[in-house]
Amino acid sequence: MIERDQVLHVARLARLRLSEDEVERMAREMSKILEHVEKMNELDLEGVEPTSHVVELQNVLRDDVPRDSLPREQALAPAPDAAEGGFRVPSPGQG
Amino acid sequence: MTGLLALTAAQQAELLRAGELSAAEAFDFWRARAEDDDLGAYLWVADSAPDDAGHLPPVAVKDLFCVEGVPSGAASRILEGYRPPYTATSVENLRRAGAPVLGKTNQDEFAMGSSNENSGYWPVRNPWDRERVPGGSSGGSAAAVAAGTAPWAIGTDTGGSIRQPASLCGIVGLKPTYGAVSRYGMIAFASSLDQCGPLTRDVTDAALLLRHLVGRDPCDSTSLDYPEEVRMPTAERLDELRFGVWGLDEEGLDPGVADVVRRTLGTIEELGGGVEEIELPSARHGLAAYYVIAPAEASANLARYDGVRYGPRSGDGDLTAMYEQTRRDGFGDEVKRRIMIGTYALSSGYYEAYYGTAQKVRTRIADEFRAAFERVDFVVTPTSPTVAFRLGERTADPLAMYLSDYFTVPMPLAGIPAVSIPAGLSDGLPVGFQIAGPAFDESRILDAAHALEKAIGFEGVPRT
Repeated sequence: MIERDQVLHVARLARLRLSEDEVERMAREMSKILEHVEKMNELDLEGVEPTSHVVELQNVLRDDVPRDSLPREQALAPAPDAAEGGFRVPSPGQG
Repeated sequence: MTGLLALTAAQQAELLRAGELSAAEAFDFWRARAEDDDLGAYLWVADSAPDDAGHLPPVAVKDLFCVEGVPSGAASRILEGYRPPYTATSVENLRRAGAPVLGKTNQDEFAMGSSNENSGYWPVRNPWDRERVPGGSSGGSAAAVAAGTAPWAIGTDTGGSIRQPASLCGIVGLKPTYGAVSRYGMIAFASSLDQCGPLTRDVTDAALLLRHLVGRDPCDSTSLDYPEEVRMPTAERLDELRFGVWGLDEEGLDPGVADVVRRTLGTIEELGGGVEEIELPSARHGLAAYYVIAPAEASANLARYDGVRYGPRSGDGDLTAMYEQTRRDGFGDEVKRRIMIGTYALSSGYYEAYYGTAQKVRTRIADEFRAAFERVDFVVTPTSPTVAFRLGERTADPLAMYLSDYFTVPMPLAGIPAVSIPAGLSDGLPVGFQIAGPAFDESRILDAAHALEKAIGFEGVPRT
C-alpha cells in the first residue's frame, strides 16, 4: 500500500504539485498498479543478469570535427521567457 | 481524383514515378481529405505542398515527431505552441525519399495510453464505430489511414502503440527492431523501448515505408546499420515456415478475438505453414516489467519539461514553485501517474525491488524469444485481447487500460520486430493478428504477412 506521505514525497521528488483529491487518488491507483507489478516476484530470477538495453553497444564515437550547432536565437525562440541571450527564470528563493 | 482513395500508397507511388500523377495533385488530394477529417485524427494539416514533394504520397506523422517550424508537441499541453528548430531523422528520411509531411496526428499525450483518450487536446474516434476508441497511442495515425484521410502514416511503438491501434482500426502496423530506425527528433517516452514504424493499408505499403525509414543515424548512437535493403513482399505460400502460437489460453482474451486468431492459424496451415504452441513462461510478466521500466525511463525523460526552454510557463513564486505549477498545469493525469510510478520505482530503497527486478524479467523474456526462434520462424499472437472498446469504458481504471498491451509488450522488451495485420471481424469490429520474428527479420515477417493478407482478403472500413 502506498500511503499519503509517500505520495507527497514522490511528488516532491518529481516536481509535481498535486491537489488534495489527486493525492488520495494517486495513493489508490499507485497501490493497485504496484500490486500488479509485484507479481513479477513470482519468477525465480536468481542469477539472471539485468538488461538495461537490448542493443549491445560499446561507446559510439565520432571524429572530433568542429561543426555548427543550433544558432542561439533559434534555441531561445521557443522559450517562454528569454532575455539577454539566455533563458530567464524566477529566483531560486528558499524552495 | 477521388480514384486515389481506392489505391494503396505503393500504387500511388507507381503513378507518381510514371508521371501519370503529379506530386502537387497527390498532395492537394490528400490535404483536402485530411482537412475533412471528422474523427479528431489530426492536430495540424499542412496548408500547401512543399516545393520538394516527390515520388511518394504524403505521410501523416504522429505529433511527437519534431518537424522544423511545424507544431510538434506529443499532444501535450506542456508543449503547446512549440515549433521545433529541427526535424526528426525519420521524417527527414521520408522527405528525402519523396514523401512530404501531410499533417501531425493526434495521440495519447507523450505516447502514454492505449485509447487516445489521454490526448491533451481531444480523443480520436474509431472509423468503424465512432463511439469506440481507435486504440493508442498512435490512434490518430491509425484512424487517419483506416478512414482514408491519409495514404499512410508513421507512429511510434513503446509497448504496442503502433500495433494495437492498427489492430483496432483494421490496418497494418509494424514495430521495427530496436535500433532499425533513428529516434533522433522523436519526443522521448521510454528511450530503451521507443521505435518509429509504419501504419499502412497493406503489408506492401508497410515494407515500402520501412525501406525509407531504416538506417544508422549519427544523431542517434543506438541506431544501427540495417543489414540489407528491406524487400518488397511477394510470398503467396508459407511452405516450410513454422509458426509458434502464444497466448491463446490467456484469461482476458475475448472469445470472438480468439476465434479469428484460430481461423487465421487454419489459414496458415492451408498455405503450407506449420503451427505449434510455444511457451514463453516469463512473457506473462512482461506487462509488470514494462510498467516499471517505461515509467522509470519516462520520469527521467519528462524532467526536461520545466517551463524554462519551451512550452507555456505557470506560477508566480520562486523557481521551484514555477517548476511545480508548470508541470501541474501542463501534464495530464496519465502522464502524472506514470511520472509518479517511475519516480517511486527509481527512488532510494525501492530501486532494486522494482527496476532491478524488471530488468531481469526483461532478460528472461529476450532469452525465451531467442530459444523460441530456434524452433519456429515466427511467434504469433492476438495483437489485442479485445476489439475496440467504447470511449470512456476504461478511463476510470488505469490497470484495465494497461491490460490492452498484454500481447504487444514482450516484443519491445526483447527489442524484436512485430507486425499486426487485420485478420477478420468480431462483432463487426476488426481483429489484429500479430507476427513477431528475430531482430532485423522484418523482410521475412512482412513476406509471411503478405501471404496471409492475400489469403484472408480483409476488407477495410468503407472510405467515404
